[in-house]
Amino acid sequence: MTELLFVSLGGFFGAIGRFIISKSFQKRSQSGFPIGTLTVNLIGAFLLGFIVGIPIKGHLYSLLGVGFMGAFTTFSTFKLELTGLKNSKKNPHFFSYLVISYSVGVILSFLGIFIGKQI
Amino acid sequence: MVYLFVGMGGIIGSLLRYALSLLAEDIWGDRFPIGTLLINLTGAFLLGWFTTRFGDSKRLHPYLITAFSTGVIGSYTTFSTFCLETVRLLEAEDYFKGMIYILLSLFGGLLFVKLGQNFGKETGSTK
Repeated sequence: MTELLFVSLGGFFGAIGRFIISKSFQKRSQSGFPIGTLTVNLIGAFLLGFIVGIPIKGHLYSLLGVGFMGAFTTFSTFKLELTGLKNSKKNPHFFSYLVISYSVGVILSFLGIFIGKQI
Repeated sequence: MVYLFVGMGGIIGSLLRYALSLLAEDIWGDRFPIGTLLINLTGAFLLGWFTTRFGDSKRLHPYLITAFSTGVIGSYTTFSTFCLETVRLLEAEDYFKGMIYILLSLFGGLLFVKLGQNFGKETGSTK
């Protein structure tokens, strides 16, 4: 039961954090490139790796890892935006968004774990 | 005020993700991150369906649309866990599984958004 409370609390703030940060970054994008979602996903990939690297466990992990970072990053919006770019024939945007998300995301997650372990 | 709606959606989405990932681990174990994959693919379908059917619907309050799409579905699916699980597979030198996981997420996600959008069109618009 306490786990559910920690996950909920993290999810509440993670979702709001994603909403605020992705909107504020998206406003600066002139080209329609989904920089907002990309930013939150890359930050979140690094930070979750960092949390796991330290390592943070138990209730604090439910709060920060499962709840906050899980909700802060998103897969569904990423895929919806990719589909939108493909449908509007923005192929360079489509491919760069896809390749950057997957490659940099995995690399940042790895780096997060690595740096977390040093602390 | 819209922030509160997004946050409430975030609670629901996160709890659903947590429950499903525990269930998936119970059923399939932890040899392959099938839980996160199922969550992300079903979430992609739901978001494709919801935005097609209700994206600019006049029947739903804009706050409710944001609460469900950005809040619930956005928090239900996750990118950070996907990256972490991929690193875990690669660290364990399960390169084949790592590649399969990336490819299923990559193409599966696009496919499920498309399926959701088609389903949304078929079930009609509420405009």
